[in-house]
Amino acid sequence: MIDASLRELAGALAAKRLSSVELTQLFLERIERLNPSLNAFITTDPEKSLALARAADARLARGEGGPLTGIPLAHKDLFCTAGWLTTCGSRMLSNFVSPYDATVVKRLGEAGMVTLGKTNMDEFAMGSSNETSFYGPVKNPWRPEAVPGGSSGGSAAAVAARLAPAATGTDTGGSIRQPAALCGLTGLKPTYGIVSRHGMVAFASSLDQAGPMAKSAEDCAWLLNAMAGFDARDSTSLERPAEDYTREIAARGGDKPLDGLKIGLPREYFGEGLAADVARAVEAAIAEFRRLGARTVEVPLPNMGLSVPAYYVIAPAEASSNLSRFDGVRYGHRAAEYADLIDMYRKSRAEGFGAEVKRRILIGTYALSHGYHVAYYLQAQRIRRLIAADFAEAFTSCDLIMGPTSPRVACDIGDMAGDLIQMYLSDIYTIGVNLAGLPGLSLPCGFGERGLPVGLQIIGNHFDEARMLNAAHRYQLATDWHRRSPQP
Amino acid sequence: MSLDLDQVRRIADLARIALAEGEAERVRDELNGVFALIGRMQAVDAAGVEPMAHGQDLAQRLREDRVTEADRHADFQKIAPETEAGLYLVPKVIE
Repeated sequence: MIDASLRELAGALAAKRLSSVELTQLFLERIERLNPSLNAFITTDPEKSLALARAADARLARGEGGPLTGIPLAHKDLFCTAGWLTTCGSRMLSNFVSPYDATVVKRLGEAGMVTLGKTNMDEFAMGSSNETSFYGPVKNPWRPEAVPGGSSGGSAAAVAARLAPAATGTDTGGSIRQPAALCGLTGLKPTYGIVSRHGMVAFASSLDQAGPMAKSAEDCAWLLNAMAGFDARDSTSLERPAEDYTREIAARGGDKPLDGLKIGLPREYFGEGLAADVARAVEAAIAEFRRLGARTVEVPLPNMGLSVPAYYVIAPAEASSNLSRFDGVRYGHRAAEYADLIDMYRKSRAEGFGAEVKRRILIGTYALSHGYHVAYYLQAQRIRRLIAADFAEAFTSCDLIMGPTSPRVACDIGDMAGDLIQMYLSDIYTIGVNLAGLPGLSLPCGFGERGLPVGLQIIGNHFDEARMLNAAHRYQLATDWHRRSPQP
Repeated sequence: MSLDLDQVRRIADLARIALAEGEAERVRDELNGVFALIGRMQAVDAAGVEPMAHGQDLAQRLREDRVTEADRHADFQKIAPETEAGLYLVPKVIE
């Protein structure tokens, strides 16, 4: 049952072969047993989870359940959850219990899903390895010495270790796709604006987007159906008709199910810096897509190398503004001793934030300060348009773009600690997607060094999630990488 | 470009973050490393390119000016470090 898809779980619940309480207990027991070594969850509350499960069972008994009713899931600790701690991986919010639910939490709750707990993450989602969490690093279930990726590393580790059937994540520069790749999962960062940001602790508001992390593309499609939709409480939420993201998956396949699909391969994704083990697995996956009927064409993304520099202006600039709300006045950490109001701000923030968060606030503060705004912030925004234009041009000659999600498999905890720049550059393949507001998906496509999973990235044009999910689904029908799970 | 210690202290002051003894040196070195990375984009002549603030180039949505939320004053103040009579307490600013 722990390896079951959401479709199989829904079937078992509908046929009364299993109750939501039994299913929830199964995962709570696994969390109790395995989380002490993995550190994937920051908060669990079995009584609350079981109360939600009982409510779901009652709803199913009345015949009022939907496809997700009674299925447990974990939330990244960046989503506000009324009655549960929401720490965002930070000491600053170590005492924060939100008075309201994030829209994503509310929507999945209304669908009848059962919250198992809140997952560990890089502090304020700033990191690619989960090592910046105030609550300690998360272990990769495939290799306990290795990082799970970040920032949604706790969500990734929880699903990979089968502590939860699925989880929510957020992606500002790769924070869903990269940990999905490093833990052998399927994760989707949707088009900017289709999932509400209301109740997500803000990092970089023009880039942040929530999405599902699960074992398969089909599971992600089911979750996205419940997560996406217009929300008046998010000023950048898009008003679009509701979509069924499973519609292409549900269609019949045949032996060339992707016949006619044009896949763009950017040369920039296969050059210097890409590890040989990752390249091998990704190229084999692309060959499989050709067998499924797709054609491949080369597409140029000439400004991709500028995406990391531009991101490290734009994201910190937005973060320095967003995180100014943490001042020890309305919620969160307040220093015990201070001389006056300004001193209270300075000490509360110095104590509440970890090193990486402070670093990014300082980068952003400088980039926005008088005299530097044009050279840094405006230049980065111009580069952002060049990058978006490259993608737009590429999509005139292909339907989807494919390449690696991360240049390497997971490194070991501590390996990158001394090399900040190397760490930042490891997000080279994912960041451009956020800058352009495009949807991106990572799915497992094999294993590399030390038996660690490799992720294939699929990038779509705006609003092309159904096509991306279908391409990933057809690949998953023909392969079994997504069914592999770490021991035990 | 390269940041000096005075600039680092000024930025920290603007960001309202106290730096511990000796922390400014480490932060200066780290920021200089990051700005060397960021500096790669200065080589690009992007004059005439319209800055892009947002992935979708959206205009801010407007809504009707009416009350949509219930008063949850007490719920929101319950999580504050210090309140009194419905107000947030901070150190005295005016003597």
